[in-house]
Amino acid sequence: MVSRRLIEFLVGVFIILGVAALFLLSLRVSGLSAYSAHNTYKISAQFSNIGDLKVRAPVKVAGVRIGEVTGITLDKKSYKAVVAMAIDKNDNNIPTDSSASILSASLLGSNYISINPGFEDEMLKSGGVIDETNSAVILENLLGQAIFKPKDKKK
Amino acid sequence: MINRIQQLGAMGIQTFGRIGISGLFLLRVIFRWPRVIRTLPLLIDQIYVVGVLSLVIVVISSLFIGMVLGLQGYNILEKFGATPQLGQLVALSVTRELGPVLTALLFAGRAGSALTAEIGLMQTTEQISSMEMMAVDPLWRVIYPRFWAGFISLPILTVIFMIIAVYGSYLVGVDWLGIDPGQFWSNMQASVNFRIDILNGVIKSIVFGFVVTWIAVYQGFYTKPTAEGIGRATTKTVVYASLAVLGLDFMLTAFMLGGW
Amino acid sequence: MVQSDVMVDINDVYFSRGEREIFSGVDLTIRRGKITAIMGPSGSGKTTLLKLIGAQLTPDSGSIFVDKIDMHSLSHKALYKMRQKMGFLFQSGALFTNINVFENVAFPLREHTNLPEDMIRDLVLVQLEAVGLRGARDLMPAELSGGMAHRVSLARSLIMNPELMMYDEPFTGQDPITMARLLQLIKKLNAILGITSVIVSHDVVETAGIADYIYIIANGKIVGEGESEKIMNDNNPWVKQFVHGLADGVMPFHYPANEYKEDLGL
Repeated sequence: MVSRRLIEFLVGVFIILGVAALFLLSLRVSGLSAYSAHNTYKISAQFSNIGDLKVRAPVKVAGVRIGEVTGITLDKKSYKAVVAMAIDKNDNNIPTDSSASILSASLLGSNYISINPGFEDEMLKSGGVIDETNSAVILENLLGQAIFKPKDKKK
Repeated sequence: MINRIQQLGAMGIQTFGRIGISGLFLLRVIFRWPRVIRTLPLLIDQIYVVGVLSLVIVVISSLFIGMVLGLQGYNILEKFGATPQLGQLVALSVTRELGPVLTALLFAGRAGSALTAEIGLMQTTEQISSMEMMAVDPLWRVIYPRFWAGFISLPILTVIFMIIAVYGSYLVGVDWLGIDPGQFWSNMQASVNFRIDILNGVIKSIVFGFVVTWIAVYQGFYTKPTAEGIGRATTKTVVYASLAVLGLDFMLTAFMLGGW
Repeated sequence: MVQSDVMVDINDVYFSRGEREIFSGVDLTIRRGKITAIMGPSGSGKTTLLKLIGAQLTPDSGSIFVDKIDMHSLSHKALYKMRQKMGFLFQSGALFTNINVFENVAFPLREHTNLPEDMIRDLVLVQLEAVGLRGARDLMPAELSGGMAHRVSLARSLIMNPELMMYDEPFTGQDPITMARLLQLIKKLNAILGITSVIVSHDVVETAGIADYIYIIANGKIVGEGESEKIMNDNNPWVKQFVHGLADGVMPFHYPANEYKEDLGL
């Protein structure tokens, strides 16, 4: 016969384990809440083709994750994809003339946005826009083109 | 021929009758004003029996399932040179399908059958009957806490299953086979969506918890009061609950993939 | 309010289980403050009768009044209220196997009252002392003999001070000394507390010794009734055969079957 106190204690531990597991799942497995609204700032960029980019894809600088894609919409006038990103508040030193490109993690891997820092002294603020962008590399286009120019300037 | 058709009809009527009875039984259990002070200690006792005692089997199973998935996944992904995607593969299969379904099946076998046997034994030894004569409603005293304990415990067990399976595959993939841990996690995080994958998995487990415990307490309460009856009811619980879980899983998945 | 003399009134009750008819028109009256015995051969539905009184079973037709209230027209809540006035001693004891003797006896108190712990303790010990099992309070039901379990069960049914006490085969499995004690206890409870008692039994001599009034059931009907003396000397062939334990008589020993010869294919 297990004593009453022990039962209550074990049930308490059980529930705590459940909550901890859910917490770990959200944080470690889905990477949620690492970039919630209060510790991030928003920037956006327009791409002529985003390829396979999805919401919640990582945003990286030099391969280090600094934020994620929060929304993808189509600009009705220019027919370009507007990608909204949430960037960690600690990484507030992205120059305004930085460029953004959509890259693949591997041949089969998912896409992510890589930001290439520029040289301006002025830094991007919340609501800032990255003007210089490189679209996703579409494998089919690549094969179909004899000469490929990776940089096609926007605007 | 007519006899056969008549038998089929009788079987149909009987089946629907039984579903009706179990539905009414469920309604009588659920729609009550909770008497917190009296029920809470009973509920805690039952969460202990139903949840805590199932923890060991769930933890061990999930660890091994995670490790096996890691091993199998690695071998397949290696052919494409995509081993860093292992985290994604394991996390998605575990959170979407394996976690809720396997935990529910284990739960039906471990806790569901125990619930049926216990309630069935109480029915057979007239304990339920004597409770009624002491003016204590057995639905309150016996069924209600057990039902809610199962309903609460299964989702908790499921999230524990999920996280341990992921760490099991981490153990094999990263510590043993040498995948880069950073890639393992970041690929996983890039593809697992909390709402679509994890929350839907938890929702599945809530539905399973409801159905499995319902079947278990119903079979227990309406056991034929003999030793053979208990055995039969226990078997029925495991079979019906497992089938219900697998069938419902298909429906829920179709529902969730269909634009949820 | 003047209390009625009649505690339980059973009118023309029919009851059947599946195809088998158990009661076909039973009339029975149990008087307040008396000990009434219901006797009959095994399988005659004595226990069923008690369950009908407690409204655990519903008759096919006929009515059962307890304290002038029709038991089978009550709402769930009212029925449970009525049952608080009743005690029922199960043939098997029906103790809760997962809690010890003390908790078993304390169970009704904990469920129905908010008494402080030391009061519950006193009340339980008084009841256990009455059945001679105060020392067994920490045992689990599995550790008790059948007779002891029965006595614990008796203590449990008495703890809520029922007005109507139903005993289902209280003497089965008791040794002669305990049986004598039990008889004494039932008698005393009835005399001191005025508890109306219904005893279902087939131990003729013992039961007749304490009962004020006896009914004999056979074949789904009341075949004899009266005070013990009258019953013992009754000339009705059913009653006579039962109370004197005669091997030959009108009571069927065989379960209903078709012709023996036919069955053997002769």
